[in-house]
Amino acid sequence: MSRIANCFAALKNEGRKALIPYVTAGDPTPTVTVPLLHALVEAGADVIELGVPFSDPMADGPVIQLACERALSHDVRLTDVLAMVKTFRETNDHTPVVLMGYLNPVESMGYEGFAKAAQAAGVDGVLTVDLPPEEGGEFSSIMQAHEIDTIFLLAPTSREERIKRICEHGSGYLYYVSVKGVTGSSALNVEEVEARLNLVRKYTNLPLGVGFGIKDPASAKQVAQVSDGVIVGSVLVNKIADLVTAPERVPAEVAAIIKAMRTEMDN
Amino acid sequence: MPTPTDLKALSQLPDSRGHFGPYGGRFVSETLMAALEQLEETYEKLWRDPEFQREFDYDLAHYVGRPSPLYHATHLSDKVGGAQIYLKREDLNHTGAHKVNNTIGQALLAKYTGKPRVIAETGAGQHGVATATVAARLGLECQVYMGAEDVQRQALNVYRMKLLGATVIPVESGTRTLKDAMNEAMRDWVTNVDNTFYIIGTAAGPHPYPKLVRDFQCIIGREARSQCLEMTGRLPDALVACVGGGSNAIGLFHPFIEDASVRMIGVEAGGYGLETGHHAAPLSAGHPGVLHGNRTYLMSDDAGQILGTHSVSAGLDYPGVGPEHSYLKDSGRAEYVNATDEEAMDAFRMLTRVEGIMPALESSHAVAHAMKLAKEMDKDQIIVVNLSGRGDKDIHTVAQIDGINI
Repeated sequence: MSRIANCFAALKNEGRKALIPYVTAGDPTPTVTVPLLHALVEAGADVIELGVPFSDPMADGPVIQLACERALSHDVRLTDVLAMVKTFRETNDHTPVVLMGYLNPVESMGYEGFAKAAQAAGVDGVLTVDLPPEEGGEFSSIMQAHEIDTIFLLAPTSREERIKRICEHGSGYLYYVSVKGVTGSSALNVEEVEARLNLVRKYTNLPLGVGFGIKDPASAKQVAQVSDGVIVGSVLVNKIADLVTAPERVPAEVAAIIKAMRTEMDN
Repeated sequence: MPTPTDLKALSQLPDSRGHFGPYGGRFVSETLMAALEQLEETYEKLWRDPEFQREFDYDLAHYVGRPSPLYHATHLSDKVGGAQIYLKREDLNHTGAHKVNNTIGQALLAKYTGKPRVIAETGAGQHGVATATVAARLGLECQVYMGAEDVQRQALNVYRMKLLGATVIPVESGTRTLKDAMNEAMRDWVTNVDNTFYIIGTAAGPHPYPKLVRDFQCIIGREARSQCLEMTGRLPDALVACVGGGSNAIGLFHPFIEDASVRMIGVEAGGYGLETGHHAAPLSAGHPGVLHGNRTYLMSDDAGQILGTHSVSAGLDYPGVGPEHSYLKDSGRAEYVNATDEEAMDAFRMLTRVEGIMPALESSHAVAHAMKLAKEMDKDQIIVVNLSGRGDKDIHTVAQIDGINI
């Protein structure tokens, strides 16, 4: 069984929900990332979504755009991100790592070359924001051949026939985007999310993670009650932005946010 | 050169999923998929609807002022010595460029779909002005995203948009030019997808935009083709148009795809010269990748990050290009070259002085290449240049280059 499947199965047995932090690799500096990932796991993270910096992150808000710019100012490449995962794996063999980003850096490396290197580094899944299943046939089969899950987004605007198709294509888990908007949006409506997740469950047994708009322990708990996993990004990246001049404080202070959410979710 | 059967197939692209060979497609985040599917359905239905066509044609004739003339630039032709240069005068359209052909069409789509708000990205400001214009006429709320650097160099167009009732939002992220404006417009659309129609200004972006923008712009080539036949009794030997995103070029080229004898030449922005790396010529010096919803030639580094571009003309200052151009290049049907800032400036001055026509700096790139090309051709041969816009908006830039403050 893959790390992702293992992780969700174990959580289910314990009656708990996954807590999934997102951070951009190399933000604010490349040396911070691996210690940060370990600190997040220590604080209760179950899966890590590691952002691959991209110059034009169209689906993200200003918070993550700036994170990308900070990482790119250190020339953090996809190959560097894979090296970070490899280092993380030296002392952590159980926490799933999912790379989240845009297609062009992967295209530039070549699907096959990327898949091989990602598998060797210990990557468990990829979420390519601008690659819907319609365009991702070849990509998915190459990832599959290297035992890497392809995680797809579902949106409030997805029509039922698309939900069905995406459920057929996805593996690992599905990422439900809770609001119409970019990352860092507000206006989360948990009842609406619950209704949509019930619709999605008609078509899949995959775990359903929910992201966008989760800002504090209270909203994390609410979302945990209706989903299988809570994905938290901009609130962490905002904290990193505050600590640009004191990067050594990043792991502890960002992990503290996750710890507070974990406590509330398990309560 | 492809065979006639190939050319027919080429002219019928894209396929049902918006692909031009390996290019095009729909590479967007899931939130936008439903809106694009809906746009495609609406467009396919309305484009075949005689009532929609009548309204579109009426607006083009009575609001835009079409057909635009095909002008035999005899003075320029004599000066250059060689082929006869004809100018397709899109600069004479209402609002001063070809952009309005497309915004009329998309605003009609917005009206038919009942969206009260339109947004647009703009580089030189011509598409922003054309969008603000149709929005004013139809009573639509209008927001235009424009790179902060372009807001400075195109101050006149910024003020025009404001007078027309649009809100211009300067984009400070990234390289502060057209690509960043497009990122912001996409973000706005994702957030306000229920009440907002995104009027994309060029034949790029996710399917169906490259197709529908082309279809709205093809009026240029259809007119030019029949005007040339009428004036000279034959088809032109070559078409020349500038290529940023490539909407004026595809509008001119597409109706000629099956006319194998007609060369089609797109002119990219060579900036300070391709060898300097400071240019905006993805077809000449880039490679295929994915940006802004489509697969196409891009300027990106070896790690897949999109590169900053440079051109004296804001409208060509873009690292990508419409996907149909990418395929026309690979198939060999069209050729793509570049003209530097300096060559474009020389062409700007030449056309202004010998014909009394002041071209936009974008269009000046096409004029520059046509002048080069004409010299290598016979006197009885014909080049049609798309004079896609007028140069009033660029007076500040030109004066600045001349060291004059106005």
